[in-house]
Amino acid sequence: MNQPISQPAAAAAAWRPRLVAFFCNWCTYTAADLAGVSRLKYASNVRIIRLMCSGRVDPQFIVEAMAKGADGVLIGGCHPGDCHYVEGNYKMLRRFQMLKRTLKEMGIEPERVRLEWISAAEGEKVKRVVNELAEEVRKLGPLNLPQKAADWDKELAQLEEKIKAAEAEPVAA
Amino acid sequence: MSASSKPKVALYWCASCGGCEETVVDLAEDILGLVEMVDIVLWPVAMDFKYKDIRAMADQSITATLLNGAIRSTEQEEMAHLLRRKSQFLIAYGSCAVSGGIPGLANQFPLEQILKFNYEQAPTLVNESRTRPQLKFREDGREVSLPALHQVVRSLDQVVEVDYYVPGCPPTPKITKAALGALLEGKLPPKGSVLAPDIALCDECPRKQTRPADLSFSQFKRPHQLLADPEVCFLAQGVVCMGPATRSGCGSQCASGNMPCTGCFGPTSRVRDQGLKVLSALCANVASKEESEINKVLAGVPDPIGSFYRYGLAKSLLRRKVDLPAADDAKAGL
Repeated sequence: MNQPISQPAAAAAAWRPRLVAFFCNWCTYTAADLAGVSRLKYASNVRIIRLMCSGRVDPQFIVEAMAKGADGVLIGGCHPGDCHYVEGNYKMLRRFQMLKRTLKEMGIEPERVRLEWISAAEGEKVKRVVNELAEEVRKLGPLNLPQKAADWDKELAQLEEKIKAAEAEPVAA
Repeated sequence: MSASSKPKVALYWCASCGGCEETVVDLAEDILGLVEMVDIVLWPVAMDFKYKDIRAMADQSITATLLNGAIRSTEQEEMAHLLRRKSQFLIAYGSCAVSGGIPGLANQFPLEQILKFNYEQAPTLVNESRTRPQLKFREDGREVSLPALHQVVRSLDQVVEVDYYVPGCPPTPKITKAALGALLEGKLPPKGSVLAPDIALCDECPRKQTRPADLSFSQFKRPHQLLADPEVCFLAQGVVCMGPATRSGCGSQCASGNMPCTGCFGPTSRVRDQGLKVLSALCANVASKEESEINKVLAGVPDPIGSFYRYGLAKSLLRRKVDLPAADDAKAGL
């Protein structure tokens, strides 16, 4: 994941975003299956996680994916009115609106997260949406939160060394 | 203080307001019992001790240190390390030490912006020369120094290992007494535990019975925008209440005072990120199914970070606004 600093241009060109997708069991995951058996080709840098419903997508899942290194997150659910559990996709839609605002305030481009309604018949749409998000996130560049957190904590390492050295010295009476 | 076999206790403060110290005083006459049972070896807010005396103590010779406040400066960081070394139990005491607290909200802004506002732009300020505290200052051949501020506000456990957590802004005398009792009697839960009940605040809320089974928000109101019914669940009144995503143990003081919970006890052990969890719970129950209508309702929460992460931003999944710099190039001045 960490590119050599000596060739930043080459590394940037070769960089491919890491995407995490949460798909509902009844519509979007089945559509992804359909895309597979139809031999549709889409960006391979997406890791799909199957959930029973888009309403099961806790905002913690999305942000944790990012905090652990995802550059973008896709959520797929049934079309409005089609939810297997009646209301799950609406719950996700409402959370998603507030999550986008929250992410923006925390300095993350809201374009890195995307919510799409994809029915079990829409294999083609899975292909299009994944490709579009991959391209969009590629343009935005790496999010790389684990590295950022490590950089923030460098200020701790400096003092910690000094303290360790001081502690090693005998205390003057 | 004469040498004795009583357990030694230290009370220390870092980036905090002093409210946690107030709770220790709020123990009222119980504090006399405490003083009888233990030797207080450090309590800068109330008693005169020198850091060098602490440095001279043997490692682990303090039974327990209750440290309140977030870690923002090099001095606080150094004291956290020192007290960790000298203490058998280090307890993060109060929301700031547990999860960054109110000072943790500073993680939304660059350090320079905060300093500029406080020393140059604040409307109540008179500082024509725009003087800022300097890290080093020389006068009469003596050099004096001040601690530097870090870029990032941290909870105590992001700096040193913490044994137990006592949450609250401030913790109540009741849970403070329970925590001290458990410590002194050696009846301790597994290391890393939060010394408060592990269930949401709603469980002990006097308004629990009025909480509707089907919540539905057609409008969010802030506490100053309505005369809240003192008996009815705040969520049923459209007021953002952090209760469902907050640990109980405070005795539901805010709800009893007709104010909604703001989340100071932090999440229960099953929740990693309190802000996102309450965002999830509240927003999912907006009544509308139309995007524009949903956004209109959600606009009733104008500051989601301040509302959902009032005490926990430093310890949240993101910790800090992610596009802020890791270091200040111009590390001049404080």
